[in-house]
Amino acid sequence: MTSIPRDQWYVAAYGREIGPALFSRTVCGESILFWRTASGRVTAVADRCVHRRFPLSELPTRLVDDQVVCGYHGFTYGADGRCVAVPGQTRVPRTARLSTYPVVEQDSFVWVWIGDPVLADGTTIPRAPWLTAPDYTTVSGMEPLAARFGLLVDNLLDLSHETYLHGGYIGTPEVASTPITTEVDEAAGIVYVSRRMADAACPPFYSRSTGLTGRITRWQDIEYAPPCLYKLHSRIAPVGCLPDPDGTDLDAFHVEVVYAITPETEHTTHDFWAVARDFALDDEEVSAFLAESNRTVVLQDVAALDVLERVVASEEDGYQELSINIDTGGLAARRILARLAGGRVHQVTS
Amino acid sequence: MHWVPGSDRLRAVCHCSAARDFEDPVALWDWLLAHPSGHRPAVPEPTPVPAAAGVS
Ligand code: FES
Ligand SMILES: [Fe+2]
Ligand SMILES: [Zn+2]
Repeated sequence: MTSIPRDQWYVAAYGREIGPALFSRTVCGESILFWRTASGRVTAVADRCVHRRFPLSELPTRLVDDQVVCGYHGFTYGADGRCVAVPGQTRVPRTARLSTYPVVEQDSFVWVWIGDPVLADGTTIPRAPWLTAPDYTTVSGMEPLAARFGLLVDNLLDLSHETYLHGGYIGTPEVASTPITTEVDEAAGIVYVSRRMADAACPPFYSRSTGLTGRITRWQDIEYAPPCLYKLHSRIAPVGCLPDPDGTDLDAFHVEVVYAITPETEHTTHDFWAVARDFALDDEEVSAFLAESNRTVVLQDVAALDVLERVVASEEDGYQELSINIDTGGLAARRILARLAGGRVHQVTS
Repeated sequence: MHWVPGSDRLRAVCHCSAARDFEDPVALWDWLLAHPSGHRPAVPEPTPVPAAAGVS
């Protein structure tokens, strides 16, 4: 049985990745073909010709006037997946149709629905409005991860690893030593993990971007909407500087760190990351620094998780772990993910 | 459902207001999810839990 929840929305790409050309990405084991139609809409269909399964993303397949012409024998499909022409005969078989995927483009992401299209409801997609908000500046990227998505979920829900794996970038001793609060909203299926450091060293990631030199008050408030969207609301301020009672918080720096955790296969993952800030909005140097630093940090995680995947895969079912307090959030997320994956069992051979 | 790890001990607070402290998060989860089995209304606990900030 697969551990990947179906009947869920997943981020397949950034909107900027998809233009008027064929683009393919595998999501939850399904190879999907995307392009942006003349009307500007992103369309998503199965990346396998119904005739002999030729991958439509491969040359010499072509996109002509919003129709895909298979590079093998010329089956031609419209943006709705329907086959409109086959070679050598005028009758097009009625069943000749590529399956289509519900798509929503929102908050700079292209979301696809993996599962039964009848159940897709775009209004349930979790939001990350900062990524396109005019009062924030965002840098973002995506790194391929050769590890199952659950390992990245574990990783992101326990930020105490910053102290060890990301020392010198975002980790300082206080991260691992400050207790966390974990909360689960069962109805909404959201996990919150909060770590609030009243008096902490300022790691280079924040000192170089904010210009703060002394010790800081550092809040890390995680909000994870399984399976795909992870948000870290990060608040950085001089020690003792708290938001006003009415919630206004003009003296603090806010960074929204967003991850979209998209299974590619049972054992590989698309690690989308974005860093949105509400300061130094037009400062290209800050943008370049945050992009480079966050990418470095993500690649540190990728290197560690790639190794971990090989170990876990070789031990498979019998493997033993020991959980401690820092793992409460990760354990909560695992329970929700297991419930989502079991809700509608879909056999996938991995 | 809501719980507050504070010191080395973890305090689980169920939505029914039953509360119990744990040393192992796995056992904590098993107890929380077993609601209502074994959940009695909270008795004021003597163990102080460090003030934990709410989640915004
Ligand atoms: S495989 Fe596509 S037309 Fe034959
Ligand atoms: Fe990390
Ligand atoms: Zn209860």
